[in-house]
Amino acid sequence: MEAVFTVNNLWILVATVLVFVMHLGFAMLEAGFVQRKNVVNILFKNAMIISIGLLTYYLVGFQLMYPPDEGLIANIMGYFAPFDWSGGAISNYGEAAADGTAYTGYSDFIFQGMFAATCATIVSGAVAERIKLVPFLVFASIFVAIIYPIIGMWGWGGGWLADLDFKDFAGSSLVHAAGGFAALAAVLLLGPRRGKYRKDGGTTAMPGHSMPLAAMGVFLLWFGWFGFNGGSVLSADPNAVSLVFVTTSLAAAAGAIGAFIMSYALFKTYDLSMVLNGILGGLVGITASADVVTGNSAIAIGFIAGLIIPLSIVAFDKYLKIDDPVGATSVHGVCGIWGTIAVGIFGIGDFSLGTQIMGTLAIGGFAFIASFTIMGIIKAVVGIRVSETEEIKGLDVGEHDMHAYSLKEDGVFQLTAE
Amino acid sequence: MKKIEAIIRLSRFELIREALAEIDVRFFTLSEVKGFGLQRGETLTYRGSVYDADYIARLQLDILCPDEKVSDIVDAIVSAGRTGKVGDGKITIIDVDQVIRIRNSETDESALS
Repeated sequence: MEAVFTVNNLWILVATVLVFVMHLGFAMLEAGFVQRKNVVNILFKNAMIISIGLLTYYLVGFQLMYPPDEGLIANIMGYFAPFDWSGGAISNYGEAAADGTAYTGYSDFIFQGMFAATCATIVSGAVAERIKLVPFLVFASIFVAIIYPIIGMWGWGGGWLADLDFKDFAGSSLVHAAGGFAALAAVLLLGPRRGKYRKDGGTTAMPGHSMPLAAMGVFLLWFGWFGFNGGSVLSADPNAVSLVFVTTSLAAAAGAIGAFIMSYALFKTYDLSMVLNGILGGLVGITASADVVTGNSAIAIGFIAGLIIPLSIVAFDKYLKIDDPVGATSVHGVCGIWGTIAVGIFGIGDFSLGTQIMGTLAIGGFAFIASFTIMGIIKAVVGIRVSETEEIKGLDVGEHDMHAYSLKEDGVFQLTAE
Repeated sequence: MKKIEAIIRLSRFELIREALAEIDVRFFTLSEVKGFGLQRGETLTYRGSVYDADYIARLQLDILCPDEKVSDIVDAIVSAGRTGKVGDGKITIIDVDQVIRIRNSETDESALS
């Protein structure tokens, strides 16, 4: 049994590393989708969020999300306390495995901590190119420390959604819709980028500065998703983990096809940025149900998510005039809701469509209201938006006194040997 | 002495360079330039929004030469650079007062080659 424990624990740690790589994926995707004058700023935010996320999750998040006791207060609020170090190690691996424990307390913490930080990273892309750095980091800290753990506890920590048999395998709602709706609240308070919506009613295209970076980011996210979903099996169970690998990848692939077809139908061109978002939409969509659907269902879920992506992005961008440079509200918010509802449609087992709809709306609604409140207070107290001059010059120079790409590359300033 | 400034298409650069080499133009200055005007750049789309590339990209050649060589150079650039469509560019010929080579202070005709 000791060997079983070792294998299970090792898989959770491998999955942790894969989820960590998703932070690189998010960083590259967001860097690629912003203008070149704001690249340092978006990378700075990404570097800070993983760091703040892990620390706050250690200090309060983990215990809040997985309260040790049952009871009314724990069921709604959890407990404010640091990660219990004494609960980290396992004394007898064989006995633990026989009891059904698959990993150490340390593994549990670090795997869940990587998840928590991804949730806040979702927000950073949507508010890119115009939010002040420090107020955003204050928001992200509160979000990872308190809002995400409360939501997570509802579904995974023995909270009220768990009691209702709400199914969200790896977090279509608990992670992605929560992040997506927090992003929506932040964008509404922040307003669009300067010049995005013209006085004549038209929408100005603000092309991302590097499609290669964006593509690399999406491939890294797909890579990391094997750990995000595969690790959420919470053991190295051969059937379950390999099933999840298959459903996750089929949904991502179908998401690409769905977005390819729909974006061509809408724009009459092959828009790479839409296909990249479609892959992510498929991945977010399958995340709630990856362990309880067949391959056919996974393809259907991913394909529909892919069809949703261009429609949703255009609806937000052109008609609702909500400016989200990376499409986080569509990818994580809308596809997160779709994926959660899809459990009630495609899931093999006893899942209630009503509970799924109610659960995802409660999660999205709570994330939206809580984020709107916190960001609203920060906006009222210190302001959240950079000055007009800084936005035009770019946040790289404005906030960091630095260029992502040295001006020397532009030729005139290049000094060569002769 | 004249200075010939020629704005040309990127796609015609190689042909023009060969044509100039054939008439023994040994050196010219090359710059990447951008033009703005009524004619717009290519139409692009990004996430469903259509936009024009803001500018038209061209190259500029600056050639210094003695007066008698001007017509050869102009003929070479025109014949190699012409496609017949709008946007083939322009050649400007400017009088030059003085030329000084920095390396050895040679002046005028002897500084040209």
